[in-house]
This record gives sequence, structure tokens and C-alpha cells, in this order.
Amino acid sequence: MKKLLKGGRVVDPANGIDGPYDVLIDGDRIARVGRDLPVDGAEVVEIPPGFVVCPGFIDMHVHLREPGQEHKETVATGTASAVAGGFTAVACMPNTSPVNDNANVTSLILAKAAEARLARVYPIGAVSKGSKGELLADIAELRDAGCVAITDDGHPVATALLLRRALEYAGMFGMPVIEHCEDQTLKGDGVAHEGFHAASLGLRGIPGVAEALGVERGVLLSELTGSAFHVAHMSARASLRAVRKGKDIGVRVTCEVAPHHFTLTDEALGAPIPYDTNVKMNPPLREAADRDAMLRGIVDGTVDAIATDHAPHHYDEKKVEFDRAPFGIVGLETAVPLSLDRLVHTGLIRLPRLVELMSTSPARILRVSGGTLSEGAPADITVLAPDLRVRIQASALRSRSKNTPFDGWELRGGVAATIVGGRTLFVNSDARFGL
Amino acid sequence: MTTASGEIDRTPAVTALRHKDLLGIADLTPGEIALILDTAEAMKEVATRPIKKVPALRGKTVVNLFFEPSTRTRTSFEIAEKRLSADTLNIAIGTSSVVKGETLADTALNLEAMSPDMIVLRHSASGACHLLSRICRSAIINAGDGMHEHPTQALLDAFTIRERKKDLAGLKVAIIGDLLHSRVLRSNIHLLTKMGAEVWVCGPPTLMPTDIRRFGVTPTSVVDEAVADADVVMLLRIQLERMEGAYFPSLREYFRVFGMTEARLRLAKPDVMIMHPGPMNRGVEIASEVADGPYSVILDQVANGVAVRMAVLYLLAGGAEHEEAA
Amino acid sequence: MPVVMDADRIGRTLARIAHEIVERNKGVEDLALVGVRTRGVPIAKRLARALREITGHDVPTGALDITLYRDDLMRHAVGPQPQVRRTEIPFSIDNRTILLVDDVLYTGRTTRAALDALIDFGRPKGIQLIVLVDRGHRELPIKADYVGKNLPTSPDESVQVRVQEIDGQDEVVVEQGGGS
Repeated sequence: MKKLLKGGRVVDPANGIDGPYDVLIDGDRIARVGRDLPVDGAEVVEIPPGFVVCPGFIDMHVHLREPGQEHKETVATGTASAVAGGFTAVACMPNTSPVNDNANVTSLILAKAAEARLARVYPIGAVSKGSKGELLADIAELRDAGCVAITDDGHPVATALLLRRALEYAGMFGMPVIEHCEDQTLKGDGVAHEGFHAASLGLRGIPGVAEALGVERGVLLSELTGSAFHVAHMSARASLRAVRKGKDIGVRVTCEVAPHHFTLTDEALGAPIPYDTNVKMNPPLREAADRDAMLRGIVDGTVDAIATDHAPHHYDEKKVEFDRAPFGIVGLETAVPLSLDRLVHTGLIRLPRLVELMSTSPARILRVSGGTLSEGAPADITVLAPDLRVRIQASALRSRSKNTPFDGWELRGGVAATIVGGRTLFVNSDARFGL
Repeated sequence: MTTASGEIDRTPAVTALRHKDLLGIADLTPGEIALILDTAEAMKEVATRPIKKVPALRGKTVVNLFFEPSTRTRTSFEIAEKRLSADTLNIAIGTSSVVKGETLADTALNLEAMSPDMIVLRHSASGACHLLSRICRSAIINAGDGMHEHPTQALLDAFTIRERKKDLAGLKVAIIGDLLHSRVLRSNIHLLTKMGAEVWVCGPPTLMPTDIRRFGVTPTSVVDEAVADADVVMLLRIQLERMEGAYFPSLREYFRVFGMTEARLRLAKPDVMIMHPGPMNRGVEIASEVADGPYSVILDQVANGVAVRMAVLYLLAGGAEHEEAA
Repeated sequence: MPVVMDADRIGRTLARIAHEIVERNKGVEDLALVGVRTRGVPIAKRLARALREITGHDVPTGALDITLYRDDLMRHAVGPQPQVRRTEIPFSIDNRTILLVDDVLYTGRTTRAALDALIDFGRPKGIQLIVLVDRGHRELPIKADYVGKNLPTSPDESVQVRVQEIDGQDEVVVEQGGGS
């Protein structure tokens, strides 16, 4: 089965491509990218003018909640949400119930993904058994079962010693250690960014430095061990500085930023809805200087990837006092409009850089295929409609959970279609795209 | 405004509160604050009558929903409600279904189904009253939510000050204590700055909220600076548990550095007022001689609490013109 | 805006009422004046002065705010509360005859509220009602003992009493447009 995507703007920074090209798909692979390709029996898809064809976006930080918390999300609903958001692949976190610290849980996740046949799923395994921070998990077993990285996400690896061991051990397989960087004693029982807004509302604060301390620890240990260390959901300007310093001296550190950390600040705690639990996540929304630092990092290359930290929570769980609400918001279906509207249309970055952030770099960091439209690469493609008017509607999200602070936002730019392995899994009816 | 015969006409510029609830001083205008205080003056007189009751809230049901133990505030509200002839219902946590795992939202909805006119809520989580306000049609009065606000306390403090000093504008008010965790502090800062007072806050840096200057106050860790020429000194409670959080080494040290003693008091104005929201830790934030001394108005504060709460209940009972539960 | 009583007329009327009070009560022993806020208060004070001129005795005078006793509080679903002012009755009303003073008697509801309030203060020997203007249209069985002027009005008119102490001049006017 051949498909010819004709007439779009193809942006594939890995191959230095940005311009009007045709893309020929053969089965589940990219056959060719070139100008005016012959039809030759392929099904022709006319890409409307202005639309952009890119290597499929990969969200390297997603909570699929299965096994154990299916009331919030399942692999099936999560991957449906992913393709609706333009993602052809997601990497899912191990803080399920039970924790993904063994081959059985990993296999379950992959089986569910195969059943759903939507976005690709790359499981991330735990660093320690039960993520308790005491003994290393069976990392080789996890790798053989299909895990691409390890993390104790939800909290940092318990001790510097254990993190060092994890880096050394996982380094054997070239697996990165992904870390939720945070000094737990400074975090205490904080629920919001330590600053004026939390102080006004009487909410216990978490200083930005708590995250930065964790980043510094990881960078130094990465330097010591020579292994790859990835900072999850970076939010604080001091963290950015630490990553920059590390990169400058050649440390193998990478980092990701979530869209909410480059669009919102802690002002959202008080308005429009005071104590809105859809504004509660960890790391928290920080002050303007931190948000601006994240933007700078995105522009100057210090930030490697955009990842959503998609964290679904059931409505009942969030409809409580701010202190008691669980941390996290969903993000798969809002990431692309937010990124296009706030990064590309503001002139901060151009499309090739966006594709790097959302496709090429995640693929490289996780060492999975994808991130390019090279010949023979999997036919994972995201088609963007950069001028589409998008209105975020929480109730219409395909995720099982609707905990987003972006309900009602009007943004410019959205996903037109998502193709995984040559199969079109999502078409945005609003884009009026005949696929 | 002065009438033709020279009497001061205390007709307030504002005649009603805009919102259906009292969630915090942050939401009140200076005009609304003045309205509450003026109304409280009239209410105070009811306590002097042989029959301490007026029928103003007759037939109205007020629920006192207290998730934190409190004798002082709860009884103050209860007396205020009864003086206005309202029917009161006290729900103290520990004897209710919340212990069985019911959420705050569900507790409120269940109560609401029985149509209370007003709910007075005290809760350990900041923002609990905002949550209730979004869910319930009843008017919500914040009797203290977590570390956020305790508006009726600030109002009765202001009332007590106004009784002696006539006007809040231009007064130097020093607030000393655990500023970080105190909801009384936040409410008082809002109220005093809105009414034009000069507010100094004093405590160890470990107990100072971030960015405190943005609240329009002058922070210091030197208690003598705060107290110098002060018209009013407010002491905040130090919770004994704070020692475990390493906020300061010991209560003895706290008293030595920050405690209000007679010697420190001499730095203030000769007619200074000493205030404390209670309950006091004698020998920690305040020396006994000061608490019992001639400058202390701590007992007046308690007496005024009823009048101020009557005023709030009365003004909210009519409902707000354009606010409805979302 | 027809003026139905000017300053002169008001002055003579109050003087006449003062004499009536003395006559009816055979002196001023055990009497006390309580003015209903707002304008009943200065009227009560003037009556007290007149009574002292006539008898040489001081009649205790107080001010009563009846807002909290009104029967129309909380009736409307939404609306601002009427403003409450201080009540000042610095004497015991037990065993006294209370002269309740108001500016206008209309439906009688204000008087009803004032009676309820007074009863909460004690047990007077009796209560007599003094009004400057009785405009009719009673909704309750209330009657004034002393009336300055009987003024037939229609419900869509309003009677405004202005007093020197509050409004800068003494007069009673009738205006179009419903009200007190």
C-alpha cells in the first residue's frame, strides 16, 4: 500500500529539509521524500497549502496510568489522546500500580498498546524496586522487556549513591536515567511555587532551588559516570543554569520542558479561578522569570525537548481543597496548539526547531526510531495546520480525564492529521483535510 | 459628613456588600470595610440591653461548620447568630460523616440540600471557603481557612482600634510573630493597608513569607524597630510545633529576641494598644505583665468579636444583588 | 412640591403637642421620650425642651433604631440590608410611660416594630404615640395619641419631613412618587 503526500511543506531538520516536497509512504515505511514524485499507483493525498508535514511527534513524558489507575486513563484512552494531539509515540512513566519495575508490567503495557493499535508506546521502567529508592530494579530485564529508559518519577532517586549506581548500570545499555529533580527536604509539604502568589493565598511553597539542587546533583553524577542523564519537566531558571553549565563542559545531560511551564505562571493560582486545582502540578507553575528562562532555553538550545508530563486525574480527585488535590494536568491534546501559538507564531522559534523539540530530540534521547523522514524510517508523520483556529474544550478531550487549565483558550495552530506506521489514526475534522 | 446641627453623620458611602460571601478581606473595598465596622457599632449596643436579642435574622438558618477545633471563634459566631434570632446548627468535625471519608464538597452539598441560609466555615486548608462558595448557594463566611485569611478577626481588630483611635489611617501598626503561617496576619495586612495604616511586620526570617514587601508592609527582624512609636502592637501566636520545623531554636530564644516585654513596650507611643487574637502563649510571644497590663485590649477584642460577627451576618443575610453560586 | 407645613407652623404644632402631653398625663412625672430614628429623634429632643420650659422638669430622652425589627427585612430574595444605627436609651423604661415620637405615621409598621423593640428593653407602664404627620392608609390597627397634622394623601404621594438639625430647615412637603 503506497500513499503519496503531495504538496505540503516538509520540515525534517535531521535531514536538513524545509520546503515543498512530496512524501512517499510504502507500507509502514517512508519510501522517499522528493520534489514532484511520480504517483505510480500510490493513493494520493493532497496536502492543503500552508500545512506542514513532519516526522511524528514523540511525547517522552506521559502517564498512562495502566495498570492500576484505570479510572484516570488507560493505555487505550491515553494513546487515543496522543494521536489526537499529534503524537505518534509516547514514553510512559512507571509510577503505576504496581510500579513498572519488572517484565510483567512492561509486557502488560506493551500488550495493551498493541491491542489499541494507536500511538507507539515506549515504556520507561523504574530505577528502584517499587520506586522505593532502596534496591535497584532489574534493569536489564526491563530493557529486554522493552523499556527505553529508567526513572523513579514522582520523586527523585532517593540517594545520590543510588542515582550514581543507576547511571553506571543503565549506562551499560546506553539507557538514560530520567530524573524528577527535587530536594525533598526543601519541598517539604509544599503545594505551589514559593512566591508572592502562594504567600497571598496561604499555600505552602516549593522554592525553585529545590529543583535546581536535584539538577546539579544529576549533572555532577552524570559527569562522574559518563552516563546519560535527563532532567524531566524542568521549570526553574536555576535548573536551566545548571544544565547549561553541564552542557558547556560536555556532560551528557539533556532536559525537557512542559508547555504549561513556558506559558503559565504562578499568577494562575489566584486568577481566573482562585485555588483552581487544575493549576496544581509538580513542579509547580513558577514566577515569570522562570517561565521566561524556559523560553530562553527553548530558543538557545539548552532545552532539548518539549514533553507534556500528561498526568490525568479523575474529576472527583481534583474537586477538593487545593492542599489535598493530586498534582498534575493532562497535556497530550494541548501541547501542539500551545507550542505553535506561543513559540512559533510569536517568532521565538521557527518550525524546524519545533520539530527538533518534539520529534528529533526525543527520539535521539530515548534512542528509538523516528524523529526523521529518512528513507526506510517508520512512516510516523504529524501533519500540522499552523494557522488553524483552535479552541480548547476540556469536555471534548479524548483523554479519560479532563484536568486542564487551558479550557476555553483560543490558540492559533493545531494538528491536521497523525499517521503511525503508514496508518492514518487521526484526522482533525476542523482542518477540513481530505484524508 | 456633618449635618446642619454639627452631628457627624456616619452614613457610609457604601450601603451593601457586593459579594454573596465573605471569603477574605482581599475582596473588600475600604467602603465595605467601613460599612461593616459602622454596622458593628450599632450591633454592639444590643449586648447592653436586658434582652440581648433582635429579630433581624429570625427564621434564617446558619450552620457553623468547623473542621478545626475552636472554642473562641465558634462561640463568638454562635452568640452573634443567636442575638440576631437566627437558628444555629453547629457541626464539629469528629462527630460527622467527614470522618467516614466524605469530601468537603459532598458534606457541603448535603448540607445545602437542607437549605441553610449561611455557612460559617473554618477549615485547615487554604481555599476551602472558595471551594464551598463555588459549590453552594448559601452565603459562606470564612471563619479561618488554613494559612489564608481570617477576615472577621481582622475586622474585630480594626473595630477595637477604631474605638480608641477613631481613625485607622496614619497609625503605625506593628505585627509580630509567626507571619508565615498566620491567616490573621494576612487579613490584617489587607485591612490595615486598605484603610491607610502604616504596617510593620516583624519576625525571624524563617517565619517571613516570601516577597512580603509586595503586600505593602515594612518587614524587619529587629523588634525594637517595629515597636518604635507604634500606635498598635499586635502579637501573633507562635505554635509550639514550629520548633520541629527548625524555624527557630527554642521558645526561650524566641521570647528573648521577639517577645513583647514591658521594656520593649516603652519604645511605643504612650497610648499604645496591645492586641492578640488568642489564645496566648504567655512567656513566648508576650510577657504576662504585658498581657494583663493597662495597655492590653485583648479582652475588648473578644467582646467586639460578637458585634462584628453580628454585623457580617446581618449584611450578608440580605444576599448580594448580582452574585449567585456558579 | 407643595409645602404643607412651614417652620412656623411646625414650631407652633410642637408647642401645642407639648401642652397636650402635660394635660393628658397630669404633669411629666414618670414620662420619658423615645424618638424613632432618624427624624423622630430631633423632634423628641425639641419636645423635651418644650416640656422643660412648661414644667421646669427634665424628661429623659432616648433614640431608638428599629431597623432590626422591621417586618420587611429578608423578605426580598436579594437586596442590600437597610443601614442599622445605634439605639441609645440611657435609662430604664420600666414603670414609665414612654412617649414614642416619629415624624410620619403611615402604614403603622414602623410603629409596630418600635413597640416590639421597646418591649425588649423592659416593661413600661404605658406607651403613647406622638407623630408630626398622620397621612392615613393604615395597614395595622395602630393609632396615634398626639397628631401634629392630619394629612390625607394618596399612595402614590410621599410625605417628606425635613428638620433643621439634619436637613438645615424645617418643613413638611408632599411629593409625587411613592414612599413614606
